[in-house]
Amino acid sequence: MILVLVETENGAASEISLETLAFARALAAEGGGIAIRAVVVGAVENRDALAAELGTHGAAEVHHAVGEAFTSYAGAAWAAALQAIRESTGSVVVTAAGSPRGNEVLAHLAARLDVPMAANATAFQGLAPFVVTRQVVGGAAMEEMTLDQRPAILTVAGHSWAASPVSGASPAAWVEVTPEVAESDLLARVVSTGTKEVDHSGSLKSAKVVVGAGRGAGGADGFGAVAELAELLGGAVGVSRVVTSLGWRPHHEQVGQTGSRISPDLYIPCGISGAIQHWAGCASSKTILAINTDPEAPMMTKANYSVVGDMHEVLPAIIEELKSRGVRG
Amino acid sequence: MTNVLVCIKRVPDSSGEVLLTDDQQGVDGRYVGFTVSNHESCAVELAVQTVEATGGTVTLLTVGPSEATEQLRDTLALGCQAAVLVEAEPTRLGPADVAREIAHVVREKEAEGTTYDLILLGNDAADSGDFQVGIRLAHALGRPVVNGVSTVEVADGHLTARGDGPDGEETYSPPLPAIATVLEGGVEPRYPTLRGRMAAKKVQIETRPLSAEPVGASRVRLLLPPPAPSTVEVLGEGPEAAGAVADLFGKLGVTR
Repeated sequence: MILVLVETENGAASEISLETLAFARALAAEGGGIAIRAVVVGAVENRDALAAELGTHGAAEVHHAVGEAFTSYAGAAWAAALQAIRESTGSVVVTAAGSPRGNEVLAHLAARLDVPMAANATAFQGLAPFVVTRQVVGGAAMEEMTLDQRPAILTVAGHSWAASPVSGASPAAWVEVTPEVAESDLLARVVSTGTKEVDHSGSLKSAKVVVGAGRGAGGADGFGAVAELAELLGGAVGVSRVVTSLGWRPHHEQVGQTGSRISPDLYIPCGISGAIQHWAGCASSKTILAINTDPEAPMMTKANYSVVGDMHEVLPAIIEELKSRGVRG
Repeated sequence: MTNVLVCIKRVPDSSGEVLLTDDQQGVDGRYVGFTVSNHESCAVELAVQTVEATGGTVTLLTVGPSEATEQLRDTLALGCQAAVLVEAEPTRLGPADVAREIAHVVREKEAEGTTYDLILLGNDAADSGDFQVGIRLAHALGRPVVNGVSTVEVADGHLTARGDGPDGEETYSPPLPAIATVLEGGVEPRYPTLRGRMAAKKVQIETRPLSAEPVGASRVRLLLPPPAPSTVEVLGEGPEAAGAVADLFGKLGVTR
């Protein structure tokens, strides 16, 4: 049996959790039709809708952990729930999205069971031995790693699989469980949650268009046209590390290895050379249009389209052209 | 008084081209140089700020080759008082080994009378990207751990740690001793002063051997993703390219 920890977002499964279910289904098929169970922890807004959604993405059952221990997040408590469900189902593989929560909870589980964990897997090669390929060096390199103990514990890198619903699938059966959680597993739990800032990285990660800017912006006041184009295209602003290091823009706008990983339909990096760390954060973009004065910059050769020129001249011209064509954002 | 232990890792600088060693077991840093990750630089800054606020000491620890003394010296210069090197060939170690070695040092120091109230690590290593050493360490020591934090504060026997969560900024408040893994972004790491560099030179780095035979990383090999063939289509130069860009937007359907 394969266990998939599913995170929810506004009541529905997060996109990256659905991608993980797609990975699990490929693994299940390779194993000759291994059953998939989803695990959900804590409050669920609409059980029927979530059961239907997870059924559509390949889970036969949802094990829902409830109780006081799960009213606010604690990584160790979530791992305790996952451990109990793993034992009752006899699962041989436990997986989750390669998200902050997914990596954290599975690392707790791996530590508790004293087995290895592979973070950010993108593929597997056969089951015996079970070898997975995973992202290292922020996605700049890959590692093939053997997971020879059971359960095999791994997280699935975001955007490495596409969520793929099956038409006509039945809703997953709902199994409510109340796992015991030790006091010590609740010492590090969320005691308060602030309000989400407007324009937080959430919108950056889900934006269909991202207009990026790097050192070429020239200063904190060099982002006017960048923001205007983003608004005109209904997109978000993303920046390189140097921009946040210099304090020109807030950290939550950073795209890259230590910022947000984005996968928009169109990414428009302006004045960004394209260092490895930045590339790691934007490589999943479907189309890249780079604007830079240096035609030899890595971003300009890796992009699908390029414009050679100063972003401060090119962006206003693009904005003017769009407006003349009736684009109003 | 707070005794803080910060765990750092000597890693190849991956801001430029990433090269692999011939045996495909590690990232080759010979031509690009070595550094510590941005997450760890922020962890060191948080440790130094904590000790400035409460008194106490910052001790650095690394598990790695003898050359990692270079990263320990550089980091000592930022206002840390002591450093421990557990000497090991890094490609032989997996995340469980690193956690076990750190736990071993912490327990031995405790037996000698030094308790580290707060242990800080980076959220993930810049090279091996395991995302688990801090958590395995917490498990080995039986201490609470907060993951992916950007700020920490120590008061009244508790750690207050904050980080970004899916629904906004999250606050955790576990009792000390506690462990936190740090994500870059909450503080701006300081630069070393001349005085700091002089002080760092005088610190005796404690060198220790591994406490147990490593279990390893189960690594088959490292690979570089195949370079994407450059198929870039140049739309034009300067402002004159605006028309072609607008056409492209139309083709991609991003202008509604």
